[in-house]
Amino acid sequence: MSDVYAVSASPHIKQRISVPSVMWQVVLALTPALLVGIFFFGIQSLILTIYAVIAAVVTEAVIQRLRKVPITVSDGSAVVTGILIAFNINSASPWWLPVVGSVFAITIGKQIFGGLGYNIFNPALLGRAFLVASWPTLMTAGWKATNPLSNIFESSINGLKDLPSNVPAVITSATPLGVAKAIRDTTQISRDMAETVMNSLASADTIQNLFWGNIGGVIGEVSAAALLIGAAYLAYKHIIEWRIPISYIGTVFVLTYIFGGINGLFSVSILLPVFHIFSGGLILGAFFMATDMVTSPVTKKGRIIFGIGCGILTVVIRLVGGYPEGVSYSILLMNIAVPLIDRYTIPRIFGEIKIRTRINTN
Amino acid sequence: MGLKTFPGGIHPHDLKHYSKDRHIEEMPLPKKVIIPLSQHIGAISNPIVKHGDEVLVGQKIAEPGGFVSIPMHASISGKVTKIDKFPHPTGIMAMGIEITSDEKDNWIKLEDDENYMELSVDEMKKRVADAGICGMGGAGFPTHVKLSPPPEKPIDTLIVNGVECEPYLTADYRIMLEHTDDIINGLKILKKILGAKKGIVGIEVNKPDAIKLFKKLLKNESDIKVIGLKLKYPQGAEKQLIYAATKRRVPNKGGLPMDIGVVVQNVGTAIAVYEAVRYKKPLIDRVITVSGKIVKNPKNVKARIGVLFSELLDFCDGTYEEIGKVISGGPMMGFAIPSLETPMTKGSSGLILFNKKEAHKEEESTCLRCGRCVDVCPMNLVPSLIAHNVRHEDWEMAEKYGVMDCMKCGSCAYVCPSHIKLIQWIDIGKIKVTEKRNQD
Repeated sequence: MSDVYAVSASPHIKQRISVPSVMWQVVLALTPALLVGIFFFGIQSLILTIYAVIAAVVTEAVIQRLRKVPITVSDGSAVVTGILIAFNINSASPWWLPVVGSVFAITIGKQIFGGLGYNIFNPALLGRAFLVASWPTLMTAGWKATNPLSNIFESSINGLKDLPSNVPAVITSATPLGVAKAIRDTTQISRDMAETVMNSLASADTIQNLFWGNIGGVIGEVSAAALLIGAAYLAYKHIIEWRIPISYIGTVFVLTYIFGGINGLFSVSILLPVFHIFSGGLILGAFFMATDMVTSPVTKKGRIIFGIGCGILTVVIRLVGGYPEGVSYSILLMNIAVPLIDRYTIPRIFGEIKIRTRINTN
Repeated sequence: MGLKTFPGGIHPHDLKHYSKDRHIEEMPLPKKVIIPLSQHIGAISNPIVKHGDEVLVGQKIAEPGGFVSIPMHASISGKVTKIDKFPHPTGIMAMGIEITSDEKDNWIKLEDDENYMELSVDEMKKRVADAGICGMGGAGFPTHVKLSPPPEKPIDTLIVNGVECEPYLTADYRIMLEHTDDIINGLKILKKILGAKKGIVGIEVNKPDAIKLFKKLLKNESDIKVIGLKLKYPQGAEKQLIYAATKRRVPNKGGLPMDIGVVVQNVGTAIAVYEAVRYKKPLIDRVITVSGKIVKNPKNVKARIGVLFSELLDFCDGTYEEIGKVISGGPMMGFAIPSLETPMTKGSSGLILFNKKEAHKEEESTCLRCGRCVDVCPMNLVPSLIAHNVRHEDWEMAEKYGVMDCMKCGSCAYVCPSHIKLIQWIDIGKIKVTEKRNQD
């Protein structure tokens, strides 16, 4: 035995992939949405995002230092969390809002469980939930698009100008989903009027604006197109997988079609479910938050159940709950169910079916 | 699309370009060989020669240690110089017989039975068993055992495996191009022994010339089909190949292909069977791919069983750079061995050399639960969960989640972003569960 060469278990070759490469690609995939946010809401969006990212990275480093574990902020996972926090606030927020959100997300959402890989909840969503609970007005009101193009009331809802003067008071909500909610809940306007508003929400015009991001909303979720570009990249790189987003969005589509109408059953137009898909945080949530590897099921069947569950909860909150939007709560609620889902969806081992049929036939 | 395949799997770079166009070269006689007594799955063989004995090429030097075992034969003529423990291509030390060459290459008397297809099935089987043939694709299951299914398990389909899905390896590809007739003759013998109605040759579509050649030569054989299979690893794994070709699933928990009427044989094995039945030639040589980025002259070499890897590498003019890792077999399932002074066995399909950089392995980090391992597992397991249970020494759960059903194809570890050594953990699990079963 002259030389002694490296000995290790097989396989001896490896795909070029690592945790940092996954996370930084997610960052890359989020960039188009950030750019659209800056375009519509101004440079303030970028500044808030930078605050959030710095806060997340510093918090992670400090806690890891205190825990005396290796500092892994360069893996990009804290950066992703920071960006997602910023994506969930509006551009007019004070600087400390994203900072507090990031600190909470990293501390309570992630490090307290042991860090990346061990957390139960999506850290960014937990951070958002904390902010909504603590500063509800900052988080849900005052959404005014800075770009003049993006005023949904002027550009999208054509029939709205002809409404009686008391109606706009009901629907002053700055987001399309807010309008949809108000219309369903209010008793102040006639049924016909409500339907007119609903129809203009579910019009091709509105949906086009939703798709491109020409609406009021938080920094990162306004443009479905920009988010979908990033999602397509991640799907192409096999970093996200189709099961969760498709089952999630599909469920929302079916349920809003069936229950989305003014009278509770079948919506007037096929465009209403499309409106629901492209409005609010669904695209962001379905492709970037529900697909968070750590907090979603590992089994294939489990991912579909998880997506359907998120879809059901989102629609329930949007249509009958107290909030206009339910994406983040539904994902958080489904996060809790992940261990259970995984446990009951362990796939049948290749060849297992045969044994059963053999026993049956004998 | 529409090509036959199996669920799961990965697409590693095939890296076959180093050696795929190199004709098979016959290596000059080695100065010495080491014939390990365990080159197969099953009982270790018992030596029947002793130190100092003179042996001829093809002379039997070890008897099978049971039914699931094979005899061993001298692969060169010369003198038995040592019976001891030697490095083994699975990375361990194991008993073997060292023969030092007399450089004469004196053979035992071979026959040429031109009417070999008229032989009785029992005689054919006997010749296969006497020739010491085991699966040459890597696993090394004794061939005569596969050819002796119990009467209640009739075989209707014989599959000849020409998939060769491991990166780098091109030995099977070359023998398919250069010894096509021998493979077909072997296939016909195997089919007759098994009484199988149907024969299938399975080849991955990255070898279009091999597919074309077989289709041409088999165009008048209505009961033998050539199937082009989707390029995907581990397409050549027995259960996955059977599923792709027949849509049948081998039962898990220790089920065998014969349970569902199928037997699979590697192309190299088919040639060995043909030579054994027609010429009574024992398995004393094979074709092996010597490859790797750092190998000066990658080749497909026909060499005598027991030749040392160091001599094989010398025949390929050595390496450009310092060697970091030596792999016996393919890079996905092969064994990293500590020394080149290790003999080639009947199951050695490749000798792959890595430089220091290629040998480097990343540190494990925590599992992200991304589920990529679940997506690629061809056995439909949850590798991360098995590894987790092994890590926490919960052997029962590891067993429940199918640690014993894993064939160690390595697809899960290949795609893991956290560099978790899934196969290493699973291997530990397999050993512990086996220990536990033996205690009960």
